[in-house]
Amino acid sequence: MLLVPCPNCGPRNSADLRYGGESHARPDPATASPHEWRAYLYLRHNPAGWLRETWYCRSGCRRWFALERNTATNEFRDPPLPGDKRGGAA
Amino acid sequence: MAMSRLGQRPTEVIKRSVTLHFRWNGRSFSGFEGDTVASALAASGQQVFSRSLKYHRPRGILTADYWDPNLMVQVGDDPNVRAGHRLLEEGMDVRAQNVWPSLRFDLKAANSLVGRFLSAGFYYKTFMRPRWLWPSYERVLSAFGPGGRVDIDSPDRYHDKRYTHPDVVVAGAGPAGIEAALAASKAGARVLLVEHEHSVGGHLRYSTRAAEQVALGKLRGTLEASDVEVLTDSTVTGRYEDNWLGIVQRNHPIAVERLIKARAKMLVVAPGLIERPYVFEGNDRPGVITSAAARRLINLWGVKPGERAVVFSANDEGDAAADLRDAGVDVAAVIDGRKGHRINSTRGSRRAVEGVVADGVRIDADLLVVAAGWTAPTSLLNMAGDRPAYDRYAARFFPSNPPDSVLATGGLSGDGTLDELRTHGAATGRLAAARALSVAHRIQARTARARAVGGPEPDWAADDRLPLRRDFHPELFRSDTHGMIDFSEDVGSKDLLAAAREGYDSVELAKRYTTATMGSSQGKLETVNTVAVLAEARGENIGEVGTTVWRPPYAPVSLGALAGRVFEPVRVSPIQPWHEANGVRTILAGQWVRPDHYGDPAAEVRNARSNVGIIDVTPLGKLDLRGPDIPKLLNLLYTNKWSNLAVGKVRYGMMCGEDGVVLDDGVTGRLGEDHYMMTTTSSGAGVVWEWVENWLQTERPDWRVHVTPVTSAYASINVAGPKSRRLVGRVVRDVDLSPEGFAYMEVRSATVAGVAGCFMWRIGFTGDLSYELHVPAGHGMHVWEALIEAGADLGVGPFGMEGQRIMRLEKGHFIVGQDTDGLTMAPSTGLSRLIRLDKENFVGRPELGWSGSRRLPMIVAIQPDHPQTVPDEGCQIVRGDTNEILGRITSSRMSPTLRRSICLGQVEPELAIGGSRVTVLLASGDRIGATVMGHHAHFDPAGERLRG
Ligand SMILES: [Zn+2]
Repeated sequence: MLLVPCPNCGPRNSADLRYGGESHARPDPATASPHEWRAYLYLRHNPAGWLRETWYCRSGCRRWFALERNTATNEFRDPPLPGDKRGGAA
Repeated sequence: MAMSRLGQRPTEVIKRSVTLHFRWNGRSFSGFEGDTVASALAASGQQVFSRSLKYHRPRGILTADYWDPNLMVQVGDDPNVRAGHRLLEEGMDVRAQNVWPSLRFDLKAANSLVGRFLSAGFYYKTFMRPRWLWPSYERVLSAFGPGGRVDIDSPDRYHDKRYTHPDVVVAGAGPAGIEAALAASKAGARVLLVEHEHSVGGHLRYSTRAAEQVALGKLRGTLEASDVEVLTDSTVTGRYEDNWLGIVQRNHPIAVERLIKARAKMLVVAPGLIERPYVFEGNDRPGVITSAAARRLINLWGVKPGERAVVFSANDEGDAAADLRDAGVDVAAVIDGRKGHRINSTRGSRRAVEGVVADGVRIDADLLVVAAGWTAPTSLLNMAGDRPAYDRYAARFFPSNPPDSVLATGGLSGDGTLDELRTHGAATGRLAAARALSVAHRIQARTARARAVGGPEPDWAADDRLPLRRDFHPELFRSDTHGMIDFSEDVGSKDLLAAAREGYDSVELAKRYTTATMGSSQGKLETVNTVAVLAEARGENIGEVGTTVWRPPYAPVSLGALAGRVFEPVRVSPIQPWHEANGVRTILAGQWVRPDHYGDPAAEVRNARSNVGIIDVTPLGKLDLRGPDIPKLLNLLYTNKWSNLAVGKVRYGMMCGEDGVVLDDGVTGRLGEDHYMMTTTSSGAGVVWEWVENWLQTERPDWRVHVTPVTSAYASINVAGPKSRRLVGRVVRDVDLSPEGFAYMEVRSATVAGVAGCFMWRIGFTGDLSYELHVPAGHGMHVWEALIEAGADLGVGPFGMEGQRIMRLEKGHFIVGQDTDGLTMAPSTGLSRLIRLDKENFVGRPELGWSGSRRLPMIVAIQPDHPQTVPDEGCQIVRGDTNEILGRITSSRMSPTLRRSICLGQVEPELAIGGSRVTVLLASGDRIGATVMGHHAHFDPAGERLRG
């Protein structure tokens, strides 16, 4: 089981977190076309390599945060450290 | 000639002073403490332990250890017990598997006469067409299956689980593994040493060389005095991401098995080597054994494996001639595989070897001991991502490039003298300890509490171990005849060549087509021979063919070990003891155990409709919201408007996902200026909480709203029925309960039965006048009992989930997840007045805005023509006599109030008009007529009772 580096709780079993999936910007719902909106809802890049993704530390600090993970090696790049303010998703 | 017991051996593990009695196929036998089931039977002269899977050929001892595919037996109610490994116990009832009607006279052995029908891929060829014969195929296949008998009436036995975080796990306690564990421990690491066998020592245990016995004694002594935790009769069954390891411990004092989940900073893989069978005609005849089996039998259990032996050896370690002679076995010939000599076949009866043909010459013998080479059990390395490479010179696979956190040692990584192997093991242990320190430092540096630890991270220790050499070994896989490759699946070299001819010449395809390597030893004995024969068919070498992917588990894991002890919490309301004392039938809803009913749900409904009923709805999701920006949050997450909700008012709302699909629903009340209570469905409590947090944390971090989940902080009781106002009035004194003073969809803070800090609201899921009381959980039981007591003369009675489901269905209230599904968009609920597209922005709005042009199915109330017919939930609504699907029944019950069947369903929009006629296809295949109602409520459509 993957160890996910939560910025608040340290490395935790991935089962302690909820995977929020690939980070992607939310288009302005007031102006987005159906095409843009559905790309936001359903289309993912799913790269074999570096991916920015969101996690929710549901059994720990209950914060949503973003991480960069290499999907081919499961390595995390420059994960946030304790007290790091780069927490926000997307 | 059968095997027999020898005089005392210096290395033996049996205790001859303790005799154990057991039964084998109903007959009485005895053995000694320390015997395995197989060694005790062998010492008693038993030669045949099982029948092969397809051809039902008699099978005897092959490897005499955990991996022996021929020694699967039934012990009591326990099927698939490995007799080569399981220790003998007093009173054991051991039976052969896969034999009918008996091991001696096996009717299915007739199959070996028709072997050509059981060729490669026979499952696929024989049991596929015609399809209508499938039930017969299943009966035939299960009768043939080797699986033993499962007694479903046998009592549950306890399987435990344990979590641990050692610095270093060493898999395998041979000399190299023990040295690795000792060195790592000496360097300060917390070490777990896991050994598959019943005791540590690896091959030293059955060595008769004095120096090796001395070394083993010293290693054991040092290990005992060390801090290393040693688990014997335990297997590292899987290595997963970041050294997450599954370990099955089979000798736990109070549990049948214990599954240990270990997060190791470093893993040392030291399983040693497994001796490989050799492929030739008659290689599965009882009396053909591996050299390691011969040494184990003689030196561990004092079993003489035969009277006159032929020894075939291709390496020094495998030359068992000295051990055999020492045990009084007449060694008729030693055939040296290194010099090009070959075994061609065995001769004899189906049940025993009588002669061996070597280099074309027959030698009379009742035993053939084979040492053809070694298989490197690299499974744990493969699971870590390594792709071990084949070395033709050494005739086996070696690790290539495992990740930094996984190290191999011992025979897996090379050859050497005992001292060289021990030195390599110790160096591996030191390296593992050094790296574990770096890993620990990294973990601490990423943990808030440990920031004070500080200090620079130690440099990542480089691998400066002196590599072990690789000795030459001849490539010996198949002789010039054909024989068995997979003993447990009954797949021979001919079958594999046939599969290759049919085009299944890739190792992964051939494996699945023939089922070679898919049996009980998980490929440990068969994989390399399988690959070798395929390489032969393709005219390539083994390295080019490659092996199948070794996946977890390393050894089969019982379902009991996996299921084991459950750590998932079970949640109950504080009122549960009352329910249990009053005949409740519970239902499991998510993590919650809830009252389903108390014996007669219909009576519970009738009582609530005519008098007053109370239901424990504690699992209802409750989120306490505080802050000035709550109206913005509610406007964002609900589809309706929330800006103008006054203090003391309650409103119902629906939540959608970004795709416009209904996510959850519930009421939210305003308790104070900046204080709201949001409720969710019971099953949606966790999801909605995360949903709210996600929006507040990521999209609207500037909003000032604080969310606290209080689901289990309150016990929640719904009081429903025409007499509910009178009942509530008896326990609540500080609230004006008149219809004007406390109207429908209002909320009040209250003191209930003397308990301060409660709140209650008037809502109507049941469709009746009702008050929902939320009281601090610790007082839940008190308030419930107060209601029961105060309402005795009103006829108060409890009702459960089933009663509530009936009542809400009578009222036509849908349940998210029951009447909606993953495609149900908000307009399908029929509550279009609650979808305010004129609102500036809310979650789901874009899709809901575009949904006007889509043909969405609609939720409607449906009544079957025949009032006594209740279609099952999930029944399809079809067009006339066709199978064209127009919708489905999502909820259905017999209504005790209306005395007729009532339903909710989803139908095509054209049918969502009162009076539409529909056809419901019942599970029986019958079709019934039904009518779509003009409104959702079967009962009190005007809502007079609700608002009264
Ligand atoms: Zn956390």
